[in-house]
Amino acid sequence: MSLFVNVTLNGLANGMIFAALALALVLIFRATRIVNFAQGAMGMMTTFIASSLLGRGVGYWWAFLAVLVIGFVLGALVERVLIRPLQGKSELNPVIVTIGLLVVLEGLAGTIYGNSSRGFPAAYSQSGLTVGHTKIAFSHFDVFILVAVLVLMTGTLVLFRATSLGLRMRASAFAGEISRLLGVRVGVLLTLGWALAGVAGSLSGLLVAPTSSFGPYFMDLVLVYAFTAAVIGGLESPVGALIGGLITGLSISYVGGYLGSGLQPLGALVLLMVALMARPEGIFARPPARRV
Amino acid sequence: MLEIQGLSVSYGAVDALKSVTLSARPGAITAILGANGAGKTTLLRTISGLVKPRAGAVRFDGDELLGRAAEDIARLGVSHVPEGRGVIAELTVEDNLRLATLWCMGRRERQKAIEATFELFPRLSGFRRRHASTLSGGERQMLVLGRALISRPRLLLLDEPSLGLAPLVTAQLMALLRDHTQGTDLTVVLVEQNARSALSVSQDAVVLNLGEVVMSDEAAVIAADSGLRHHYLGF
Amino acid sequence: MTPPVPSGSWPRAPWVRRLRLPTQPLARHLVLALCGAAILYAVTSSLSPYNDFEVGEIALYVIALAGLSLLTGLNGQISLGHGAFMAVGAYSAALLMTHTHLNLLIELVAAIGAAGLLGLVIGIPATRLKGPYLAGMTLLLALALPPIADKWSTTFGGDQGLTTTVPSAPGSINPEEWLAWIQIVGALITLVLLANLLRSRYGRSFRAVRDDEIAASLAGIHVARTKVIAFVISAACAGLAGAFLGLSTGVVNTGEFPLTLSIQLLAAMVLGGTGTLMGMWWGAVLLVYLPQWSTSLSGDFNLGSGASAYLATIIFGVVLIVVMIAAPTGIQGGLRWAWRRVWSLRSGPGDGTPTVSRHPA
Repeated sequence: MSLFVNVTLNGLANGMIFAALALALVLIFRATRIVNFAQGAMGMMTTFIASSLLGRGVGYWWAFLAVLVIGFVLGALVERVLIRPLQGKSELNPVIVTIGLLVVLEGLAGTIYGNSSRGFPAAYSQSGLTVGHTKIAFSHFDVFILVAVLVLMTGTLVLFRATSLGLRMRASAFAGEISRLLGVRVGVLLTLGWALAGVAGSLSGLLVAPTSSFGPYFMDLVLVYAFTAAVIGGLESPVGALIGGLITGLSISYVGGYLGSGLQPLGALVLLMVALMARPEGIFARPPARRV
Repeated sequence: MLEIQGLSVSYGAVDALKSVTLSARPGAITAILGANGAGKTTLLRTISGLVKPRAGAVRFDGDELLGRAAEDIARLGVSHVPEGRGVIAELTVEDNLRLATLWCMGRRERQKAIEATFELFPRLSGFRRRHASTLSGGERQMLVLGRALISRPRLLLLDEPSLGLAPLVTAQLMALLRDHTQGTDLTVVLVEQNARSALSVSQDAVVLNLGEVVMSDEAAVIAADSGLRHHYLGF
Repeated sequence: MTPPVPSGSWPRAPWVRRLRLPTQPLARHLVLALCGAAILYAVTSSLSPYNDFEVGEIALYVIALAGLSLLTGLNGQISLGHGAFMAVGAYSAALLMTHTHLNLLIELVAAIGAAGLLGLVIGIPATRLKGPYLAGMTLLLALALPPIADKWSTTFGGDQGLTTTVPSAPGSINPEEWLAWIQIVGALITLVLLANLLRSRYGRSFRAVRDDEIAASLAGIHVARTKVIAFVISAACAGLAGAFLGLSTGVVNTGEFPLTLSIQLLAAMVLGGTGTLMGMWWGAVLLVYLPQWSTSLSGDFNLGSGASAYLATIIFGVVLIVVMIAAPTGIQGGLRWAWRRVWSLRSGPGDGTPTVSRHPA
């Protein structure tokens, strides 16, 4: 029983992290119909930058903030330099380019920071909280993960639902050409979507790093889990990313807890295949609007 | 005043427009007529900056439009209602209207403009928070027309507004369009395949065929030319 | 769905016609393969054993790349997980070698079959997926398979992996040359079979499905079946290549099949020329020699020993990005273009293809 509780709690915390990265994938997909396979590697890169800043004596929260800003800039830069030139070409081209960026970033991180995995500090204590007299597998840091991702999700929803900037972003994602005819600067908003995704990706890196073997490849698996989460959630909605993240996080945690951690990626693959088989069209296409 | 000179557009090897020259005056509706493939839609898309032409000039009230981005042309007061009712189906009716005002109005002015639009189309006011995807064809046409007028444009480009509408609804829309144009400085360019209803509402008309201007004159003159009508307009 | 790159017709450069090669595709491909075999025989017998080993590696990568090229370039599906199919092939062959004393040919067929079977499992849901979804699923596949071998380490040998044995060479041929020969013959047979396949009804349906699934299904092509067949063939090629890789390295362990292998395969395929078969030789040369070049390069820049592997990774990534943005037809596409330019200059105006008039009637 206590195994079940702990595995569930662990899955919850991981699920929130997957949700953050899934949100990044969703932000980009709904705006540009592209899955950014380099999103995890971008988060890896910014986390290494955070590590360098911490190594130079910068305070944790300043480094945290700086890295979110760097993620924003990196996201915008990638869209402008690498993705914009692919407009109007086959949907396979951006897949290949983002994969290229993934390995370039991993190679760069390996060259600059070396292969050996180093530690990355957590914002709060990672030892489990005590409930009554038992210690559970949920730490202060896990609470922080929960709060941070919820803040990110809420912020995104408020932006989309309650601001005119969000209205413009939604409109450009749904109907780029019509939005331009209404005076909306669609190009800038697409870049903004990538930039915000960069922030979410950076955050997920900062949250994963303390509990993983922090090295050039530490985000690879997180990315595919986040992809699974995003697909389960429909790849279009932030709420879907959150739900998908939790489903993925819990499933993987149960697989790890009862069958062994080596089978976690396989578990995710099965989950992804089931999700795709269950709703092959519906999962990635928004319900087709009635066109009269 | 919209002035187009020597406008040529090609899609690959296909010439969609061949040195088209025409003008449209303010306070009047200029109908662009012609069969499928005559280049009518291309003409509107070029004016609003969605298509880059090979050669020519498009001037509106002295501003050269060519070479500007579509969103900048929109901000000069050009409202283009594309073919097939360009409602954004995923947004609510009110958000569709709001979107068109974001670049030109403050919060209070925007609210007034939205209310005014609902007064103009009372039918829509019941659907404010409904998604545009739930509207009927006629309601969608009201919404796009209201959305096009809400930013108080100086040039209105309409692409086949009557397509798929019941004749009665078409007549209402045309009447509304006439009321909105007469005695104002709004320039309206109306692309229609339904030449009869377009000629009944417009003051000027231009007939296109295979990308070339066949004739351009007052609407009444073109309506009276039975040979031309028969040959190019099919009635 | 449009392909990532335009794919030209099969190797049919004008010289083919001038040399009066057989016009029957099968016969022509066989003649070309025999010519290739003769050249490669001359090359391998004059090279050092180590270079023979490299030529063999090139040949095995050609097999994997040709399958990938068929899948992506001719059928419009993408795989970021071909390394996983190679792993399945390698482990299947190695398991048979460890536990049985079968003929190498049977072991290779088993490797092809096992990888093809996994291709079937992955290919069936893949038929319903569009580009990015399939990419994500295969990426996950590449990451999911290797840990399985670690999990059941008694079967799969754990970190040590399984050892493979190359059948002893006949006569006085040295073992490297013998292995290279096995691999070259495998590559040439694969290329001939694929080239013929693409000339057949199947090849035409592959392309039809890639260009427009709806039109293809209206034309009576079974779209889902066509896509599954392409996936299975592609996976089977990777399986054979994996078995050969196991023979080359002598051991099969999970370290040989990281995610980067799958991505390097993609990069090599894209660079060689997506959708071509002959272009895969360029890609395979890159796969074999780039790590060496980057080692010497990182030595020149004093980057330290660990950096050389990363330098190769960076170069593969840059290749992917630059080719996609600047030259989507890859090396083979560029060569064809250049060849056509030279040819049309030599034959003068009026002899080239007539410009197609696309004016509407």
